[in-house]
Amino acid sequence: MNLVTISGPPSSGKTSIILKVIEALKQRDISVGVVKFDCLYTDDDILYKKAGVPVKKGLSGSLCPDHYFISNIEEVVQWGRKQKLDLLITESAGLCNRCSPYIKNIKAVCVIDNLSGINTPKKIGPMLKSADMVVITKGDIVSQAEREVFASKVNSVNPKAVTMHINGLTGQGAFELSTLLYDDSEDIETVQGEKLKFPMPSALCSYCLGETRIGEDYQMGNVRKIKLGDEDE
Amino acid sequence: MNNILNTVTIMKLQQKYPFIINYFEENRLNVKGFEDKTFEEYLNHFSEEEIEEWGMDIKNIEEGLLEYISQMLGFLGIEEGEGIESLTIISGTNKNGQKENYDNLTINKSEIISIVGPTGSGKSRLLADIEWTAQKDTPTGRTILINGEIPDMKWRFSSNNKLVAQLSQNMNFVIDLTVYEFLELHAQSRMVENEEEVIKEIIEAANNLSGEKFDLNSHITNLSGGQSRALMIADTAILSSSPIVLIDEIENAGIDRKKALNLLVSSDKIVLIATHDPILALMADKRIVIKNGGIEKIIETSEEEKRALSRLEQMDNIIQDMRNYLRNGLTIDNGQLNVAMRRNL
Repeated sequence: MNLVTISGPPSSGKTSIILKVIEALKQRDISVGVVKFDCLYTDDDILYKKAGVPVKKGLSGSLCPDHYFISNIEEVVQWGRKQKLDLLITESAGLCNRCSPYIKNIKAVCVIDNLSGINTPKKIGPMLKSADMVVITKGDIVSQAEREVFASKVNSVNPKAVTMHINGLTGQGAFELSTLLYDDSEDIETVQGEKLKFPMPSALCSYCLGETRIGEDYQMGNVRKIKLGDEDE
Repeated sequence: MNNILNTVTIMKLQQKYPFIINYFEENRLNVKGFEDKTFEEYLNHFSEEEIEEWGMDIKNIEEGLLEYISQMLGFLGIEEGEGIESLTIISGTNKNGQKENYDNLTINKSEIISIVGPTGSGKSRLLADIEWTAQKDTPTGRTILINGEIPDMKWRFSSNNKLVAQLSQNMNFVIDLTVYEFLELHAQSRMVENEEEVIKEIIEAANNLSGEKFDLNSHITNLSGGQSRALMIADTAILSSSPIVLIDEIENAGIDRKKALNLLVSSDKIVLIATHDPILALMADKRIVIKNGGIEKIIETSEEEKRALSRLEQMDNIIQDMRNYLRNGLTIDNGQLNVAMRRNL
């Protein structure tokens, strides 16, 4: 089984892209399943079901979504194998811009959209910078110049990635992406013992543990203070 | 090249490769005060805490910089080299697996081709085949040649050298900048040297296309539909690297479409227009008819069609005149219509 992790900011077009890619893969008789990770709510699983794609969803609830992802990925891989999938896609929303759910030696795709603003590539951390492929969406509604500027900004934060423009509505470019996602000779049995491409942020302060009160007296553990005023100068 | 990171000072790197400023800027690497150190020394000054704090991946930053330098050198090299002379589309199959109704079509630079066919007939697929420089590896089985040869794979994967630029009806400017700032941003991303000159050239060309004039201090989000289209077309013609331009309809209002096509063609572009507007479609040298996922016919625009085109243009001019009456707050009566018809027909 092949494994691909796809992530990107909310509403960047991940699900649309994945659905179009699956359409292209189905034509080649490649069976694909999806596990959707989200935080509080998603109904994307309904879209996948409608398209006849085996799907599971995981909501992280009160946990950090990427921590939740990585704690469950091995079980997810075993689910995919049981389903006899040729390709398992995990989809997750990058919610804090500091995390990325990418695993070493596993194909990683980041989806971002042209509407998110010219400085977005700079703001997104490892999720964009350590992706193997970057898919840029919503190009049909911005000017050619903005598309070129956006792509060059993406390229300067991640020059090693393959950058593609895909239209999630018409599917233009999705077939091409699909050819890069599936490799017949690859077979992943387990991700046990594999490593994250990039460590997730350290946490564990009082608020991680359920503290709700505000004030220094209640803050313990990993606490950092904002710099205001003349410390900067 | 690997050792330039630990043997050459950042100042020397910047002199040799001025464009790496973009890499530093976008990766938020503030090298100020480290100009006399090597890049590796600069990276080593970060504490473990800072590295974790900002989510930095030192190895990735080093590899990325080397990759960036080599891509940019390649990119600048391409700019100096010659563009593309011709594009050839060798037939594949339609949705039913039948061979397309032609053998091959070669389009030379400065040629205009229109594409017609109902929605869903396969226009997007044709364009995607061109963009991906298909080698019998897409659902249509078409083959794309550039200058008569199998193209370099760089057209597929390079983010700075896309083969096709697209202009479509529902495109907007989304960033709020003045025309000047916007063109400057685009010029910088294209690394042109004579920015000021290029910006001046674009605004002049755009005003030449647009019915209503605008200047470099206008905000792009405040431009009218016609002005926006004029600016997008002028910018694509003059500043875009892509040798092929696909236009998905150009609305009739506020822009001189003939001049727009001429501008693109004079910049040595191959122009494809997906349109059902007879004035646009007949301006093309040839038109491709798409049906059921395949190319059904290739029609050369005949002399008779060219004559029909000039009559259609006359009718169009009458409508433009009436539009100007309305814009200037006048009423339209039969007398004015007759004057306009006499003037144009």
